[in-house]
Amino acid sequence: MRSRGSNNWRFVSRQIFVWLCCAAAAFADQAPAWSPTNIFAPASTPAKSIFGLSLFVLAVTGVVFLVVFTLLLYSVVKFRKRRNDDGREPPQVYGSNQVELAWTIIPILIVVALFMATARVIASVQKDPRLDNAIEVVAIGHQFWWEYRYPGLGVVTANELHVPVSDDNQPSPTFIKLLSADTDHSFWVPRLAGKTDLIPNHPNSMWIDPHEAGVYLGQCAQYCGTQHAKMLLRVYVQQRGDFDRWIQEQRQPATVSSAASQGQRIFETTACINCHTVEGTVASGRFGPDLTHLMSRDTIAAGAATNTPENLRQWILNPDAIKPGSLMPAMQLSDQDLNALTAYLETLR
Amino acid sequence: MSTESIAWPSASAESRSFVDTLHEWVTTVDHKRLGILYIIYALVFLLIGGIEAAIIRIQLIRPHNNFVSPQVFNRLFTMHGTTMIFFVVMPVLFGFANYLIPLMIGARDMAFPRLNAFSFWMTAFGGLLLYFSLVGANGLYGAGNAPDVGWFAYAPLTSRTFSVGHSTDFWTLALLVSGFGSIGTAINIVATILCMRCQGMTLAKMPLFAWLNLVMAGLVILAVSPLTAAQIMLLVDRYLGGHFFDTQAGGSAVFWMHFFWIFGHPEVYVLVLPAFAFASEIIPVFSRKPIFGYPVMVGATVAIGFISMSVWAHHMFTVGMGANVNTFFVISTMAIAVPTGIKIFNWLATIWGGKIEFKTPMLFCIAFLFQFLIAGLTGVMMSAAPFDWQLGSSYFVVAHFHYVIVGGILFTLFGAFYYWFPKMSGRMYSETLGKLHFWLFLIGFHLTFDFMHIPGLLGMPRRIYTYEPGRGWDTWNFIVTIGVFFQAAAIVVFLGNLIWSYFRGKAAGNDPWDAWTLEWSTNSPPPAYNFYTIPSVQSRRPLWDLKHPDDPDWKYE
Ligand code: HEC
Ligand SMILES: [Cu+2]
Repeated sequence: MRSRGSNNWRFVSRQIFVWLCCAAAAFADQAPAWSPTNIFAPASTPAKSIFGLSLFVLAVTGVVFLVVFTLLLYSVVKFRKRRNDDGREPPQVYGSNQVELAWTIIPILIVVALFMATARVIASVQKDPRLDNAIEVVAIGHQFWWEYRYPGLGVVTANELHVPVSDDNQPSPTFIKLLSADTDHSFWVPRLAGKTDLIPNHPNSMWIDPHEAGVYLGQCAQYCGTQHAKMLLRVYVQQRGDFDRWIQEQRQPATVSSAASQGQRIFETTACINCHTVEGTVASGRFGPDLTHLMSRDTIAAGAATNTPENLRQWILNPDAIKPGSLMPAMQLSDQDLNALTAYLETLR
Repeated sequence: MSTESIAWPSASAESRSFVDTLHEWVTTVDHKRLGILYIIYALVFLLIGGIEAAIIRIQLIRPHNNFVSPQVFNRLFTMHGTTMIFFVVMPVLFGFANYLIPLMIGARDMAFPRLNAFSFWMTAFGGLLLYFSLVGANGLYGAGNAPDVGWFAYAPLTSRTFSVGHSTDFWTLALLVSGFGSIGTAINIVATILCMRCQGMTLAKMPLFAWLNLVMAGLVILAVSPLTAAQIMLLVDRYLGGHFFDTQAGGSAVFWMHFFWIFGHPEVYVLVLPAFAFASEIIPVFSRKPIFGYPVMVGATVAIGFISMSVWAHHMFTVGMGANVNTFFVISTMAIAVPTGIKIFNWLATIWGGKIEFKTPMLFCIAFLFQFLIAGLTGVMMSAAPFDWQLGSSYFVVAHFHYVIVGGILFTLFGAFYYWFPKMSGRMYSETLGKLHFWLFLIGFHLTFDFMHIPGLLGMPRRIYTYEPGRGWDTWNFIVTIGVFFQAAAIVVFLGNLIWSYFRGKAAGNDPWDAWTLEWSTNSPPPAYNFYTIPSVQSRRPLWDLKHPDDPDWKYE
């Protein structure tokens, strides 16, 4: 049975909801301008669900804040000792069971409401909406860089994650399996999803379905050692066609050009190959990032520097100058070797 | 209560040589002296931890700053966190508990005076051990000195693979040693409150201060023990080939997290319950009304004690515990907001209808009420697990827990310093300097910690020694750092006030606040034996009864 009163209430609550959503949408449109890592500018379903919940929680806590704050302020001002005080003690009041009951029950109701809303979002984000055309990625945290493997597509890359746009016409979410090669890390790209930790011996997973193409930024959010600060995250969300093309390119082995053969020789006769892989050559180390398509990346050293020839040279000369405490050693190469080596790396497109 | 319980004036101090005085203080088992030792010890570490914080903030004043190296920065935040929690806030709270509980319950000393001294010196040596790492930890060439694993020292960063040298060992041993001290003091507090109350003081007639400290001490026993166990396991891992947390040999990093946070969360309440205790004494006296709803306050305290043992994994919402476990910790965490809210409402009701005197202790407590409200509400936000997936490990969390520890605990603590300073020293502090301290600190606190929430919402993680420009974080970080200078100035005023007043302050008299609990019935400072005769009480406010024989409390309770 439905009474008139409850109809009215429904109407009002729906109005409030619609109004909140409009305000939120307007805000979310402006929000990326504040910061490329603003949690209030969601661009993927998990981040959006969290955003919706956060509005509700903010609204409820906001109202509680206003009410209690006003009461406090009022009583501090109202009950101050006046200048013309008669010096007598105020009436001594010891308590009141009715009042106590009221301010126990009201908070309990508020908590129940918050809990229900929260439990729903937990279920919606943590349950697995796996689809046939989903992309699978394995993200492996290393001290202080990211390794990405696409097991189904045969691609290995580092630091810059590429995923396709997922929209209603062509839903293609990305599932990310999170592993760690050493210490704890955390994958946090605020506009795409909340953070999930990468813990050795404790595989985790998360998913994203970005709705718009673009570069999304983030960074490691669990202290992982000296260079935790420069373990940055870049997620490239591409239109499906662009993404497929990128995959095609990444699957190729390294281009070998005779012009850079001296640099290649240096690379292959120093310790570089113990730590780095260049597909199609003898270099097959796994301690550092895969360099097969190094030049297809915008940045080096997990986003610490842009990928320019000068930065590359500087990096090989002395990684500590760019990222003090990184786990790549300075190799003490001569200027000549350094130039040849840089020239070789620049051919790895 | 009878007038006889007013103590005899203390015998005039003969002049002693410095060595005699020192010897007396080092070998003392008097709860008041040990209390003061705890407090002074904590103040020294407060300065050290504060300087560390200031350096951290200077480094973060702008993006890509080079004030300190990443290695030094990581040591700084590890030392800052460890120092502030274990060697500032815990000792200072133990100090006040030690000093005040026997006086408030009409006892001559703590139940176990020697255990008391032992516990203090364990804590003290723990702190020294932590800082001895600066010279003692360079075990291997290139190994760092001070610990740099963060104050919660997540595995496997603490394993020998990732932490070479001895810095982590100093961290572990410091907490192990001071942990024994904390457990000793906690046992002592429980025993004192349960067994040493004066005649007439039933549990229901104890000052709330004693109740809150009783629950606090119970929590210390329950919470510090697992931490101590975990430290031993870590040592076994590092030196005896154990694999508890060694992920490369099948150990579990998550296991350490559970151990740490089953200590870590109750620890928050260990710190905040004594702050509630200060507020529950100071607010009534300066509102000139008894605490509103005493039985409910006691019930809420006990409820907080129990619930706080079941919320630890809300620090772990992002470690992949699965939907069901997350949901459980959401409800338990949100539940704790109810008794905490009840407390705020009861303080509010205590003020309501009173005549508030804005003396320095009361100013700090009023600011506490506002700030603790905000701290509690940001806590509720993060208890919604999905929201925490965004907020956790960001500067929002850093702002939140500093709102609790500074805005809540440190503010009431300053209030407590001013409130009981006349009792401890026999001198009145300077009200002008006290107010200056309050306003400077209030401005500094809000500049720093209000604005610190924002970079967190904009995606700035904690524990980074530098950050990228162009993320919208620069301005906020700049403001946050500016606030530090106000806070530093306030601390200078505070210490200046204490020192100046100790030597030059006006004599305070026994009862400068016209207060109601037993400590105000004896001399300032109290004699070694506290009371000439052990008092006997009939109500929660024995001195009210004495001052208002026509309208005593015991008629209503
Ligand atoms: C001991 C192992 C090791 C050796 C030897 C080593 N590197 Fe590295 N290298 C790394 C690690 C680890 C990183 C990732 C550093 C970071 O981002 O923190 C890296 C990063 C790089 C990068 C940046 C890759 C990217 O996409 O971010 C380049 C380029 C590179 N190394 C080239 C070289 C060259 C050339 C040599 C030989 C002269 C070399 N490395 C030797 C471990 C090594
Ligand atoms: Cu990391």
